[in-house]
Amino acid sequence: MEWLYVLMPIAGVKIFWPGLIILGIGVGIIGGFFGMGGAWMVTPGLNILGFPMAFAIGTDIAHMAGKSLISTMRHGKFGNVDYKLGLIMLVGTVVGFEVGAQMVMWLERIGNVEKVVRWIYIALLAGIAWMVFHDVGKRKKMERAAAAKGEVLDDSVQGIDFASKLHKIKIPPMVHLKEAGIYCSAWLPIAVSFFTGWLAGILGIGGGLIRMPALIYLIGCPTHVAVGTDLFEVAISGLYGAATYTWKGRTELVAALIMLIGAAMGAQVGAVATKYIKGYGIRVAFGLAVVGCAISILLKLVQPWLPAYKSILDAASTTLVLGLVLSMSVYIFVKMVQGAKREIAMKKNR
Amino acid sequence: MRTKLSKLWWSLMAMIILSPGFAFAAGGGGAAPIVLVADTRKLSGVMAWWANLYNESHFQFMILTIIIIPVTGVIFGVLADIIMSHIGIDLKSKSLPGH
Repeated sequence: MEWLYVLMPIAGVKIFWPGLIILGIGVGIIGGFFGMGGAWMVTPGLNILGFPMAFAIGTDIAHMAGKSLISTMRHGKFGNVDYKLGLIMLVGTVVGFEVGAQMVMWLERIGNVEKVVRWIYIALLAGIAWMVFHDVGKRKKMERAAAAKGEVLDDSVQGIDFASKLHKIKIPPMVHLKEAGIYCSAWLPIAVSFFTGWLAGILGIGGGLIRMPALIYLIGCPTHVAVGTDLFEVAISGLYGAATYTWKGRTELVAALIMLIGAAMGAQVGAVATKYIKGYGIRVAFGLAVVGCAISILLKLVQPWLPAYKSILDAASTTLVLGLVLSMSVYIFVKMVQGAKREIAMKKNR
Repeated sequence: MRTKLSKLWWSLMAMIILSPGFAFAAGGGGAAPIVLVADTRKLSGVMAWWANLYNESHFQFMILTIIIIPVTGVIFGVLADIIMSHIGIDLKSKSLPGH
């Protein structure tokens, strides 16, 4: 079975290549569907396959750039990418990220901040999950109330609507974001992206998990446009990240390419699946992904208090993340197949 | 007020765009890459060439990486497009409206 393993030229380790393709397909589907890079899912997967940690992040970012690019192209054809908004936000994200990263270095000089940062991350994820499910719950309540009156609730009505209040702040210059259907002050996306970039810089993450809900709840993007626009940002920042990590000798291109074979195809499946699932369906699945991510981090955080169970907690965290990747990608794939079947049947009936 | 804010906006934009240049001019951005040598003894063909390129020039290795990654992504993405179009999926319009 030697042919199932490939020697990585830079890292110098033998890796089970079908595992890389399977992992790529899973995270590709999820990334294309939710509009995020998904580093929190890829790193434990690469670790299990025997990848040295030093190369895991760089390799993950390199494959992320490729898969996000193809997802952005697909979402762009569906009219789900607001390029103007993406470019404006990119400025805020980069500046915010740098400020956040510098702040962490400053805090590190004062003391150990790693644990504090992780707890902040947990609190943030809990907040995002609460907001998503509170929004979904409120929307359901409104639907029931409308149904009791014999009416059907309009698709544009949302459970939580912070964005329309923020749109009332009319500080020039004002921008019209066509695909997102928003007219607001340019300072709004800059401030939001600075904030999400700052958080990502402090937490040491890509930021898709924070930016996607921020695009929906603070900027007011429809879910599909939030997914597409976020992917546009991930593609650009991923390419920059791939360049810097490669320059530092932390990317294993062969592994990234093998993953990309699966991820590029998976990303297309994920992007096309958004055609068949309503915005609120995407929000619910996203909320579940956030909860899974939070629990996996929590399992790592409690280890100092339960040293005897360290190996069990580690295994539970990895199993949770990989189980989540598997179940979510299967769910999205099934939804995509069902939707495609319906679409093809409708075409035939015409 | 409007004009002042507009001026502030454009000044900020110019500062953001020009800041990397200023940083380099001030001597910033020159962090040394981590030195790591790939072991090429067990490698042959393309893999050996790739590892040698890594050992010889991190810069060329980086440039090739950021060219190969998007190109490969696009190739396999287009392949997935062809398969899905062949099945009969409409890849040009989204079907569901709403938030």
